[in-house]
Amino acid sequence: MPSFSATTGGASQDAPADRSVGCVTPQVAHFDAPLALACGRALPQYDLAYETYGTLDDARSNAVLVCHALNASHHVAGWYAGEPDNVGWWDNMVGPGKPLDTDRFFVVGVNNLGSCFGSTGPVSINPGTGTAWGSDFPLITVEDWVDAQAQLADRLGVAQWAAVMGGSLGGMQALDWAIRYPQRIRNALVIAAAPNLSAENIAFNEIARQAILTDPEFHGGNFEAHGVKPRRGLRVARMIGHITYLSDEQMEAKFGRQLREGLKFSFAPEFQIESYLRYQGEKFAEYYDANTYLRITKALDYFDPATRTDGDLARALSPATCRFLVISFTTDWRFPASRSREIVKALVRQRRDVSYAEIAAPHGHDAFLLDNPQYHGVVRAWFERMAAGEPVSKV
Amino acid sequence: MTPSTNRPGTPPTPVNGVGRADYDTIVQWIARDARVLDLGCGDGALLRFLAAQRSATGYGIEIADAGVLASVRNGVNVLQNDLERGLAGFDDAAFDVVILSQTLQAMRRVEAIVAEMLRVGREAIVTFPNFGHWSHRLQILRGRMPVSQSLPYQWYDTPNIHLCTVADFDAFLAARSYRVLNRVVLAAGSPVTVAPNLTGELAIYRFRRR
Repeated sequence: MPSFSATTGGASQDAPADRSVGCVTPQVAHFDAPLALACGRALPQYDLAYETYGTLDDARSNAVLVCHALNASHHVAGWYAGEPDNVGWWDNMVGPGKPLDTDRFFVVGVNNLGSCFGSTGPVSINPGTGTAWGSDFPLITVEDWVDAQAQLADRLGVAQWAAVMGGSLGGMQALDWAIRYPQRIRNALVIAAAPNLSAENIAFNEIARQAILTDPEFHGGNFEAHGVKPRRGLRVARMIGHITYLSDEQMEAKFGRQLREGLKFSFAPEFQIESYLRYQGEKFAEYYDANTYLRITKALDYFDPATRTDGDLARALSPATCRFLVISFTTDWRFPASRSREIVKALVRQRRDVSYAEIAAPHGHDAFLLDNPQYHGVVRAWFERMAAGEPVSKV
Repeated sequence: MTPSTNRPGTPPTPVNGVGRADYDTIVQWIARDARVLDLGCGDGALLRFLAAQRSATGYGIEIADAGVLASVRNGVNVLQNDLERGLAGFDDAAFDVVILSQTLQAMRRVEAIVAEMLRVGREAIVTFPNFGHWSHRLQILRGRMPVSQSLPYQWYDTPNIHLCTVADFDAFLAARSYRVLNRVVLAAGSPVTVAPNLTGELAIYRFRRR
């Protein structure tokens, strides 16, 4: 049996002030067996980029899968050698002594299929043609991601996750794990998520996609062959998305009507919020792939487990047997608390073990990535109960 | 978030202890494997107690952050919610028993919550501090608002806005034709039978629709 011990390099490198999993090395798992996709096509072979933190115990019972949201990756915690600023996206949550304690749990972060950070996606080479998949890469779904994650779990020797955890789109993956792989998951942490996207959510995604699709440099998705990148489209897509991650309250506090250098009667960025959004858009357009963005927003739009049960979410959740922790944030308007309450209500109807925390936080949807004592306290308490053994109350 | 309505009228219970006088009475009315909903569950101690004593299952509802966190630590199912919004998340007759322990007197919409309890549960258990206790009456006779062990707040900082006596609650239930299955009134942790509305500190009712 291969050993999957920590990839941490200890404290030999410049350690940040708080405790971190330290320097980590991403790994790639290659799969030769084809993966059937929801769209009807199959990936003949694929790679999954992943990272692990902590040590898998002898009983292989302490593994926790962390699922990422729209534009994140398998780099959940720690930093890379020579890149101390390249810190994992959930480093405040995952690490030694942190709410998801890597001294107790073996944590796996995996880059989703179709993404552009190491797992097979539109920027990967299509073995059939010898060139990048580009626009020919299939549209993937949350279910496809979870099926691929299950293959990785097999590879790692994890028959059953102690927990699957994620925020936003990551929470949807946790939900899907609970429904379609009930024997392989003991706890689902569904954070700042929704049982499906609302019309408004889809509308925002469609604007973002249109920005990319109508960029003259998109070239039907084959922009790489033309040696260009639809940067303008990606920028606008990111700007729109970014607004939905923040709250009005937070934007007002952070930017208000502040100007950079006074009014200039021009279309150059004058307000701080304009300059902030442009900066976010620029940054994103540099590192993100347009074909990936199109596909991941589609995966979001398509997710709706209740379509399999005539729109009845409770019935859709009936196969799930794990314990659930559902968390929402009061100022999140992308996936408001009312959407999390739908999940809770459906689970209660199915008499499932579920706890629900509604966190008072001013940061909108982004709050799930930020430090908040109550939020982190509840997650910490949840994992501590898990580590201590089975809970006392059962439904 | 709105301020805590976590079991006003009594000091907080230690997470690991079951020090509440009404728990010992309530547990006698809970059948084995009963499905229980505990409204204003605080730190989840009652649910934990009922799970241990009766293999009871179910959920607690709690509005206060500290209560939610403590309930998760206690390993009970807790749902963060404001009881004043009703129990819309629960189906009719989903529970054997719905408990409202020392929270009624702090609620704005008392009639609505009692009706909701009997919608989602077959039976309701309600406990509250008895305003009719002689010491409260004596303090009012002396011209002051009562402060006691069961009502430890001053008039200006109390969360208790709907105080009632044992006789008041009897009349409340009778007027709605609810059937009282049990009524226990405690003083110093023991049941009192003589003039309970004068000597009792804590009233515990079990009732259902007729």
